[in-house]
Amino acid sequence: MEVSELVFYLFALLTVVSALAVVTLPNVVHAAFSLMVTLFSVAGLYVFLQADFLAATQVIVYVGGILVLILFGVLMTSSKLVMQVNIEVSKWQMFGGIVVSSALLVVLLLLTFETPWNVLSEVVDSSDSTVEQIGIAILQKKFLLPFEVASIILLIALIGAVFISRTEEQE
Amino acid sequence: MANITLEHYLLISSILFTLGVFAVLTRRNAITILMGIELMLNSCNINFIAFSRFIKPPTTVVAGEVSLAIEGQIMALFVIVLAAAEAAVFLAIILSIYREFNSISPNEVNTLKG
Repeated sequence: MEVSELVFYLFALLTVVSALAVVTLPNVVHAAFSLMVTLFSVAGLYVFLQADFLAATQVIVYVGGILVLILFGVLMTSSKLVMQVNIEVSKWQMFGGIVVSSALLVVLLLLTFETPWNVLSEVVDSSDSTVEQIGIAILQKKFLLPFEVASIILLIALIGAVFISRTEEQE
Repeated sequence: MANITLEHYLLISSILFTLGVFAVLTRRNAITILMGIELMLNSCNINFIAFSRFIKPPTTVVAGEVSLAIEGQIMALFVIVLAAAEAAVFLAIILSIYREFNSISPNEVNTLKG
């Protein structure tokens, strides 16, 4: 087994284990930090898929942006420093969640391993950066309109978030 | 690296998606529900990129068009953009709910205006 395969399996294991920690840890802050590990190792998987620009974007946007936002949310909505969240998950809810999600997992695994995927016989590994290709595809080819729409959506989300979270002026 | 196939990535993303669904179904805190949603979005991204790398492109490729590998990565890029927008709005809603109800458990937010 090559070293790169070992590293791949390490990242895969890290992803799954830390995602499991995200959904099972009772403390929200701990869950947020294991979400950070998950996001980093998913970025590692992107590198294995030759998506270097996306791996960088994942680290910058998810870890640097969304995760910090989540931690702010935790801090602003918890009255105590340590926040126990899974206070009263009823047994039925837990049971139902386990049944539904394991059924979903079985369906997804069946789909994954039973479908005859039309895969390439030879996957080429190139050391070229994808930044240039993504830039050309977005700005010169058919992804210009979705790019502009995405920027408008970001603007709308920004204004909407400010509007929703503002406090009413006392008159 | 020849031994790492499409199925490996699909297996990881299936597990991630299932864990995200499990978090949304059983967690009693809106912020951990957001974390579950982020897990699901990440698993979709893994699928997008893995498929675009491993699947055979259609034979009727027009010359000069965007290659399949790059197309999948751009889709994943848009998913990341939407996830950022969604997280911002989600947390604004959570803050406003917390101010109103003093709790962010979805079970306790059960009154409508009117």
